[in-house]
Amino acid sequence: MTAEASVIEVELESDLKNVEVAEEITRRVSGTVGFSEDDQHKIDMAVHESVINAIWHGNKNDPGKHVWLRFQMFSDRLEIRIRDQGNGYDPSKLPDPLAEENLLNVSGRGIFLLRTFMDEFRVEGIAGGGTEVILVKRINSNNSAQSRRNEP
Amino acid sequence: MSMKATLRQVDSIIVIDMSGRITLGEGCTQLRELVREQLGKGKKELLLNLADITYIDSSGIGELVSAFTTVSNQGGQLKLLNLTKKVHDLLQITKLYTVFDVHDDEAKAIGTFGKAAGA
Repeated sequence: MTAEASVIEVELESDLKNVEVAEEITRRVSGTVGFSEDDQHKIDMAVHESVINAIWHGNKNDPGKHVWLRFQMFSDRLEIRIRDQGNGYDPSKLPDPLAEENLLNVSGRGIFLLRTFMDEFRVEGIAGGGTEVILVKRINSNNSAQSRRNEP
Repeated sequence: MSMKATLRQVDSIIVIDMSGRITLGEGCTQLRELVREQLGKGKKELLLNLADITYIDSSGIGELVSAFTTVSNQGGQLKLLNLTKKVHDLLQITKLYTVFDVHDDEAKAIGTFGKAAGA
C-alpha cells in the first residue's frame, strides 16, 4: 500500500435496512486493509452504531435525507467518516452508561461502544448543515494479516 | 438476517434458543414480544440461550436489560445461557456481566431457578 490513501465513498438513503449494507462494505474494507477478525468486528460495530445514530437521531428517520460514508485507507490506519443531515450532538454531555445509576438504562451505550472500539472518535459540525462522525482505527503492529501483507 | 427463536419447556422453565441478530428493529422487537408473551402466560422463569446469536448491538444489549428488569419486576427470573465470546465481551465492557445471571451449562442453569440470585 502506498503512502497515498485509497478512498471509498458511499451514499445511502436514511433507511435502517441500509445499516447492514454499511456493515457489509465496512467488513470488505477492513478485511482488505488487513485488520484481525476481532478488530474487523469492532470497526463493523462502530460503523453500525454510527450509521444508526445518523439515520435515527441525525436524520430523524426521514427517508428523503441521506447518510454518506467515506473510508480512507492509510498505510497505518483506517479513517471512516459518517455524515448525516442532522444538527449534531455533544458527546461529552452524554450520560456515562457505566455509572451505577445508569447501568440498567435501556439506551445510551452506542457512543460508549464507539469510543471503546476505535482509537479516535470525533463529532464535527458541517458548515451549511449536517454532522460528521470521524472514526479512526490504527493498524496494530501485532496484526498478523497486515504483517504478512507487508512482507517483501 | 433477523433473529429466530425456538421455545421449549424444561420443568417450569422456558428455554428460548435464539439465533441471528439482536439489533435495533426486528430483533429487538421480537425479543420484547417474546418476553411479554411468556409473562402474559404466567411464565416468569426464562432462560435465554444465546449460543447462536451472531450479532448484538447497543440496542440489543438495551433490550436484554429491559427484558431482565421487566421479568424481575414481575417477580420472575431471566437468565442467560451460552454467551458467544462477542456477547460475553460486550457484557463485560458495559459492566452488565455481573448484573445478569450467566451460565454455560443448561442443566446447572435450570437448577438455579427459584433460588435467590448469587445463591
